[in-house]
Amino acid sequence: MLTKRIIPCLDVTFRDGCSRVVKGTQFVDLRDAGDPVECAMAYNRQGADELVFLDITASSDARQSMVEVVARTAEKCFMPLTVGGGLRTVADMRAMLMAGADKVSLNTAAIRDPELVNAGREAFGAQCIVVAIDAKRNPDGRSWSVYTRGGRDREELDAVAWAEEVARRGAGEILLTSMDADGTKDGYDLGLTRAVSRAVGIPVIASGGAGTLAHLAAVLGPEGQADAVLAASIFHFGQHTIAEAKSYLAACGLPVRSVV
Amino acid sequence: MSIKIGVIDYGAGNLQSVRNALRALGRESVLVADAASMEDGVDALIFPGVGAFGDTMSTLRERGLVEPLRAWIRAERPFLGICIGYQVLFEGSEESPGVEGLGVFSGQVVRLRAPGLKIPHMGWNEARLRHPADPLWDGLGAAPHVYFVHSYHPQPVDDALIAATTDYGTSFASAIRWESGAAVQFHPEKSQELGLRLLANFLHLAEAQSAGAGVSAPV
Repeated sequence: MLTKRIIPCLDVTFRDGCSRVVKGTQFVDLRDAGDPVECAMAYNRQGADELVFLDITASSDARQSMVEVVARTAEKCFMPLTVGGGLRTVADMRAMLMAGADKVSLNTAAIRDPELVNAGREAFGAQCIVVAIDAKRNPDGRSWSVYTRGGRDREELDAVAWAEEVARRGAGEILLTSMDADGTKDGYDLGLTRAVSRAVGIPVIASGGAGTLAHLAAVLGPEGQADAVLAASIFHFGQHTIAEAKSYLAACGLPVRSVV
Repeated sequence: MSIKIGVIDYGAGNLQSVRNALRALGRESVLVADAASMEDGVDALIFPGVGAFGDTMSTLRERGLVEPLRAWIRAERPFLGICIGYQVLFEGSEESPGVEGLGVFSGQVVRLRAPGLKIPHMGWNEARLRHPADPLWDGLGAAPHVYFVHSYHPQPVDDALIAATTDYGTSFASAIRWESGAAVQFHPEKSQELGLRLLANFLHLAEAQSAGAGVSAPV
């Protein structure tokens, strides 16, 4: 049976030619908890199912630095690697994939130019193309709009309709973040995740709001219907290990990969 | 005994991942982009990667690799196909109608039929091994979790070829095995420790064959 994936996300910044994981992580066994490659290796050892790097500066200058981070990580971590943040062209995507990323994640660039999703699919195959959607619940309580610029700008796009469109255009996966839940540690937006997951025939990664292991179970179960969970702080700060999360999910009856 | 490992370069996909995995096992590899480099002392071939069936076949044709690959496998030389490198061994694919595959084995590549399930089949799933004692699977257990990302899979006509099956809506052949080769739908180079173990096992078998010990000898 296909297992539910647990995907730690590393938010990376670049300053003075130096890549850093935002806030760092609190793994005791790392020499440098702010080094993205060290963090990736720690998650590889813990048995994370995949890894996501997000360049939160999303600047052109940072891109070459991200390519180097990806290349160094791919030499050491033999697990699927997704890279997002500031990718705007097929050439940007190619640079990441050639460096060793398995998937690239498009967000604002796909909204500005939806043809970019088609072009990515044509060039690399749907399995390489993740579309990240940042969504906020509308005042009606029953629908969600797409936001850009970290939740500051509201786009005239319904989140479910946009998910359907990018799936049609050739995305292989959706990384869905609830801007309402993100950072709250109050749990994922189950209604949003369920609505998107039901609407599309491609896998959905739920993101934003994980505070406890029960939150992971809820969004991966019938209430949320996600195929995978993205989480940062509950793992970064040693609150839980990947193995603990998997044991918990297994006890809830969810299929997970045992960590060897 | 050190052997020369060739990695088929079909002009797309991420060859670096499999080369990184080989390097982690202490092995260097050479890229094989034409027939001449295949014959230049290569002892074992790995055909990795992702991509579309039609694009991959047209690159193989342009690079003059179709006949050399057929001959390599038929001569029972060590070969490991991964994902698209598994699919092209068959006669054709629903992904690219009308495009002829290598046709080393009988059968077609078909789209996953998994009503109600997400396509691509993406993530970690079990490969249930028919013969876990086969030295190629040494250390993997009977049903290792390995990483899949695909929308199509081969349907081998010869059931005896099938070495592993995986359930996703339907049960499909996730690995095949012949005397001195194997091909898998999943990605060993992305399957952490178990994947590296599989690659190491393949290299040990290729070394044993190269040393004249025969590929079936227990390790």
